[in-house]
Amino acid sequence: MEHKNPNLDLFGISFNPANILMLFVTCLIVFIIAVLATRKMQMKPTGMQNFMEWIMDFVKGIIKNNMDWKTGGRFHVLGITLIMFVFVANMLGLPFSIQWDGYLWWKSPTADPVIAMTLAATVIILTHFYGVKMLGAKGYFKTYLQPMPFLAPLKIIEEFANTLTLGLRLYGNIFAGEILIGLLATLAAGSFGGFVGAIVPALAWQGFSIFIGAIQAFIFVMLTMVYMSHKVSTDH
Amino acid sequence: MFLDTFVLLSSNADSGFLSSLNQRLNLGDIIATVVFFTILMLLLKKFAWGPLMGIMDQRAEMIANEIEAAEQSRLDSQKLLEEQRALLKEAHTNAQSIVENAKKQGEAQREELLHTTRAEVGRLKESAALEIATEREKAIAAVREEFVSLSIMAASKVLGKEVSEEDNRALIEETIVKAGEGR
Repeated sequence: MEHKNPNLDLFGISFNPANILMLFVTCLIVFIIAVLATRKMQMKPTGMQNFMEWIMDFVKGIIKNNMDWKTGGRFHVLGITLIMFVFVANMLGLPFSIQWDGYLWWKSPTADPVIAMTLAATVIILTHFYGVKMLGAKGYFKTYLQPMPFLAPLKIIEEFANTLTLGLRLYGNIFAGEILIGLLATLAAGSFGGFVGAIVPALAWQGFSIFIGAIQAFIFVMLTMVYMSHKVSTDH
Repeated sequence: MFLDTFVLLSSNADSGFLSSLNQRLNLGDIIATVVFFTILMLLLKKFAWGPLMGIMDQRAEMIANEIEAAEQSRLDSQKLLEEQRALLKEAHTNAQSIVENAKKQGEAQREELLHTTRAEVGRLKESAALEIATEREKAIAAVREEFVSLSIMAASKVLGKEVSEEDNRALIEETIVKAGEGR
């Protein structure tokens, strides 16, 4: 299971080309699915359009659970893109992983801590941005003093804790899933007996990983909207 | 990787912050993730979510319109039904009154007919009686006339023949008695 990450220095900034590749693939797949689904739109939806509308309604439901639609409507696009992106990213590493020359090239992008944490941090920064934008600077800082002023330090810690848990939860789940799949694959590749022994747990774990990937995508969007609602609505 | 970067960062905060960060953290990946995600979101908003939301809103509006129209037509048909029912009721009442009228009229006509018939019968009876009386009168007159002529004939016969005083007398008396009887 030992593998290296490829590295590339460009303009004095280090890149991981594998991550860039996987991000690009994820974006491409999400884009293709979305555009194919909404290419021929009808009043009476069929096939893929139904599926997309179901996702939209699903995200809408998540948002409505946390805030009223008047404030939450603007996060709809963010929510749908996020859930599709995270779900597809989680799925990518499941069928196989590709290593070349000891470097890991094909994996779930969300199995990389930097990417998972970047997504989480982006979301948290967005919540702060919208908090200031919708409540004003005064209202935004006031939320730190509620419900009790002496809880303000805890509130500040909470922001960092939120970022960490949001990113690490996603990263941990997907990374663990990939490691176990990798182990089972190594076992299966080792010998015939290993193949026979590995096939059932590998199937089970892949199915479970699909489930985990979907759940993690849902949780990620759910928590995004929860944090968002903490920042943008006053009555919480 | 991420966490120990933070820990290490706190120890050498000043010297070459960005380069030390760069050595441990794939800054490029962070930038790439944000850029990729933002581009994806904007593209999808333009090409997928925007039109999809548009059509969903459109559908919601259409459904609302349809519901409204259905409600309207339901009200209309309700009104129409009410109207028809009222009309039917009215027709029913009309028919009943017509039948009643006809019955009444028939009754009246029957009564009138009976009346006229009765009057006619009375009149006929009266006229018949009158006629009978006249006929009788006439008959009596005729009989009397006949009688007179008979008696004249008889008298002439008597006068022509040799009749005794007694015979004559008896004859005249008998004749008078007969005439009295004839009356």
